[in-house]
Amino acid sequence: MTTVDATALASLLVLADGRFPAGGHAHSGGAEAAVAAGRIRDAADLEEFCRGRLHTAGLTAAALAAAAAAGADPLLLDEAADARTPSPALRATARRLGRQLMRAARAAWPSPALDALAAARPRGAHQPVVLGVTARAAGLGAGAAAYAAGYEAIGGPATAVVRLLGLDPFEATGVLARLAPELDAVASRAAVAGERVVEEGADVLPAASAPLLDVMAEVHGGWAVRLFAS
Amino acid sequence: MHLDHSTTPYPHRHTHSATPALRPNGKRRALRIGLGGPVGTGKTATVAALCRALRDDLSIAVVTNDIYTREDAEFLLRNAVLPPERITAVETGACPHTAIRDDISANLEAIEDLEETIEDPLDLILVESGGDNLTATFSKGLVDAQIFVIDVAGGDDIPRKGGPGITGADLLVVNKTDLAPYVGVDLDGMARDAKAQRGDLPVAFTSLAAEGGVAPVRDWVRERLAAWRRT
Repeated sequence: MTTVDATALASLLVLADGRFPAGGHAHSGGAEAAVAAGRIRDAADLEEFCRGRLHTAGLTAAALAAAAAAGADPLLLDEAADARTPSPALRATARRLGRQLMRAARAAWPSPALDALAAARPRGAHQPVVLGVTARAAGLGAGAAAYAAGYEAIGGPATAVVRLLGLDPFEATGVLARLAPELDAVASRAAVAGERVVEEGADVLPAASAPLLDVMAEVHGGWAVRLFAS
Repeated sequence: MHLDHSTTPYPHRHTHSATPALRPNGKRRALRIGLGGPVGTGKTATVAALCRALRDDLSIAVVTNDIYTREDAEFLLRNAVLPPERITAVETGACPHTAIRDDISANLEAIEDLEETIEDPLDLILVESGGDNLTATFSKGLVDAQIFVIDVAGGDDIPRKGGPGITGADLLVVNKTDLAPYVGVDLDGMARDAKAQRGDLPVAFTSLAAEGGVAPVRDWVRERLAAWRRT
């Protein structure tokens, strides 16, 4: 199991709460494009979609967040995030969400590290990097940051699919509950990698990706009519 | 920090709520007015009419919050009420009231970008919500004042039904008064119900179809702007 300090978990609840006002509600994590393509039609499809996202983009995001929370240089991690995000549409989305998270984070946990990152990346750093710096400002470690990023990777699409398909919300929550043990494993792996970055550099970060998510994000970015921004 | 909390727990009705008053560069920011209300009542038409009525005297920009398209932004662009660089659309993930109340980050970002990119300092930013239900209101962290737009065609019982937009908006606009005779609506009754719900808060009856129909709203905006400049 990963190292989450069980005495300081309240901040993690605040940070990972779906009501945390950081702009995520307008994004589907690729679910809108997958629904339109007929790849998500029910709860079983949603589970497969979320599983795939968790082990690819979710793992990469969680490791970036963990590294930032462990104290690695956020600007170095921002470059590493760029290198791990081949889709220009997803890079733009990650920076927009990073900028929006930064606003909420600075209000919730004011810190010089957040101020410095905001000044260095006024148009937004990659969201997982901002998430990790935020976790650190909130007194959370690499493991907690990895959990927050990993949970976001599956929570966003699940909420979006409830809106897109009128999917039974109990079924959608059941999907998240069934994925919890896998999220534990992904967060653990990401936390270990993230902590190594401080000594060994960003090359030890995982670079798992989901090409179909990348391709569909580019297509979705060109839609004239859509419910979600990504 | 950008949240410069007021020390008074119950600010006076006419204090300006979105904070802070100065931009990071030390210059005064624009007054922000939100427009909300049900679908089809004339929010975009009111925004367009306000822009036409005020654009010669004021530097204005608009942020739209469409539900699933850029339709409102495109209506404003098509009608050329403002140059395109002054109109921004925010995407709301199927939930406009979330974007104007519960999670205002995308709207604040759009406002920041407009204030940074428009050369002459903005006097006024209109933030239009996508059509929503009677409970939709703007966060005080996003706008200084809000207008709630309903219309007579929605039925004359809307003011009586109340809801946060009807009871609490700084200005209630009852639009399409020209349709009242055709839909059997009693405007005096609507005015009485609105008064009962809102006390001393103002109500404007408008018919945007008529020449100069937006005048009561325009005058109210001018008053708010004058008050904003005095603070």
